[in-house]
Amino acid sequence: MMKNTRSGSYAQPQEKTVKLSTVLSALVILLVYAAVFVAEQTLPSTSILFTVLKKGATYALVAVSMNLLNGFTGLFSLGQAGFMLIGAYAYGILTIPVEQRMNVYQYYDGGIVQFALPVVPALIIAGLCAAAFAFLIGLPVLRLKSDYLAIATLGFAEIVRTIFQWDKLGFLTNGSNLLREYPTFNDFNIKGADGEVTLYLSTLVPFIIAGVCIALIVLLLRSSYGRAFMAIRDDEIAAEAMGINLAKHKQIAFCVSSFFAGIGGAMLAMYQNTVQAKAFTSAMTYEILLIVVIGGIGSVTGSCISSFLFVACSEWWLRFLDQKQMIGNFEVPLLRNGFRLVVFSIIIMIVVLFFRQGIMGTKELPDLFKPRRGGKKPKRSVKEKAEQAKENAKEALQAEEQITLTAAEAAETGAAVAAEAAGEEAASLKDKAEEAKEALKEALAQEAAAAAEAETVEGGEA
Amino acid sequence: MSMLEVRDLIVSYGGIEALKGISFDVEEGNIVTLIGANGAGKSTTLRSITGIVPIQSGSITFMGEDITRMDTQKIVSKGIALVPEGRRVFSNLTVLENLRIGAYLRKDKADIQKDIDYIYSLFPRLKERNWQLAGTLSGGEQQMLAVGRAMMTRPKLIMMDEPSLGLAPLVVKDIFSIIKTLKETGITVLLIEQNANAALHAADIGYVMETGNITLTGTGAELLASEDVQAAYLGKSSK
Repeated sequence: MMKNTRSGSYAQPQEKTVKLSTVLSALVILLVYAAVFVAEQTLPSTSILFTVLKKGATYALVAVSMNLLNGFTGLFSLGQAGFMLIGAYAYGILTIPVEQRMNVYQYYDGGIVQFALPVVPALIIAGLCAAAFAFLIGLPVLRLKSDYLAIATLGFAEIVRTIFQWDKLGFLTNGSNLLREYPTFNDFNIKGADGEVTLYLSTLVPFIIAGVCIALIVLLLRSSYGRAFMAIRDDEIAAEAMGINLAKHKQIAFCVSSFFAGIGGAMLAMYQNTVQAKAFTSAMTYEILLIVVIGGIGSVTGSCISSFLFVACSEWWLRFLDQKQMIGNFEVPLLRNGFRLVVFSIIIMIVVLFFRQGIMGTKELPDLFKPRRGGKKPKRSVKEKAEQAKENAKEALQAEEQITLTAAEAAETGAAVAAEAAGEEAASLKDKAEEAKEALKEALAQEAAAAAEAETVEGGEA
Repeated sequence: MSMLEVRDLIVSYGGIEALKGISFDVEEGNIVTLIGANGAGKSTTLRSITGIVPIQSGSITFMGEDITRMDTQKIVSKGIALVPEGRRVFSNLTVLENLRIGAYLRKDKADIQKDIDYIYSLFPRLKERNWQLAGTLSGGEQQMLAVGRAMMTRPKLIMMDEPSLGLAPLVVKDIFSIIKTLKETGITVLLIEQNANAALHAADIGYVMETGNITLTGTGAELLASEDVQAAYLGKSSK
């Protein structure tokens, strides 16, 4: 979230403002965490707000991991649900307490795994499992481009979903039955001796896990690897000509993205309290893709903000559309179970049609604190134009000189060929010179206008 | 021994031979140009030297070392840089980031900033636009950036594919003065051009390519004076 490589303004940002914007961004993030902590201690723990925050933090991580691949490396992959599933299952399988295993794996004699890991190692292993699968899948699949890659990864996610429900693997995955009884977010609440919760942490913990992971992704993006990813996205051939190993870097991006999707999956498992492979459908991938698109492809901050907005809309703000609503004696038409999704789809369509850049475009949080061009925009743009025109005019004057030069050159070689060619060139250059002279006039006029405007602005300010 | 020796190079795309066994040399410190019409195989030649296009047969030797079929990134680290056709700057990265990508394979991190400053001194325009996204630069500026980016690899040989393509005549003039600057800084240049007139004026040695073969060789001035070249590429009939 501390990314500040891309500034909206063309002027070189001052050292001081860069630092200030970074400090302000860090402050905002701290404030958010503090607010989450305070809200959790004060509001009733059943509040819908916490559902939204927990799920939002989970989706934010997955969305950023998808953005790393789709937005920054330019690999259009739709396998996110598959990698989340692997992560969720790995976490669940590794952390169910031994004494509960008979109960959970009731049809499979307690399953094959007879140990339980603490949460943090299990989370990391969940990520590593997803990354290992990604490595294997990536070997053949990353040779594909754009739509084909999307289709292949989507297929992979579907295959994983089916295999994990396979009866023969039941000793590991519990077949099509639920995994449950593993530590969830609620287990992070600290309880007193009487069983009453003394300190609520069940919302802060997902924020911390997601925050650490996203910070790691941002660090990766800001390293030379990140630059190489973006170079590959912009132009594969040029990137290769710069000596960037395409296959290696695509594989790294794919595995890292899957690693964090795996952790995201594990977080989803913690959020839901139970896991079932059936739920990790391609619809889940599309939800995440929507979050990425709405937030802005290529913006980590955008993905974070939009995931909370998305989850809030789908879980909270648009819920009322699913129930009968009465205004006085009048029953509002259309409102019934499922109508929420219709409205939701329409909102998404509007966003995609009219806000194609998404909420943030490619901007990041610190960019918001940098002095914007906004206020002084008209003044400066006119001035810029004037300068540009002036430069053009200069070029044109040079062109005129060149005409004589080319002619002289022609005379020197004495070749009729060159003379004729030069003549033609001269003619075109003359035209250009004329044009440029006009441009110069215009430029001067524009400059005058700019100066006048500047005066009025200054006058207004005074 | 020449810096770059290409011998009997054959490259084919799905059965059609784009290069039918060409041989040429690039001497150190020279500007060498390959000219020819569309489809003569000029770009294919460059791409096969950098290993982007697979070679069917023949050999490529750089500084006495066989680099045939070597990986692209290895070839780049040997000191060959490519300025690809159509400039191909990374349009969503800033000018500075583009230059840093050029130094991607370099280990001497300390000297990178020095080189960036040097490139900014060669192209002050780029310095002004340090934080601008490369996609918003004008064609000429993008070409400067592409050259600067290639220079960041600390190359011994820069290969340029159609640097004048799609640029205004004046900017083309700038580009050729850049090429001469490269030569002055001790970098060898292999230049591919359709603008035969300008290329031959700048070049020490020129090769004329036609449909996968090299048909003529000579110094730039010789080729400029040649009637065949004039007829085919300089728009003057030999009658």
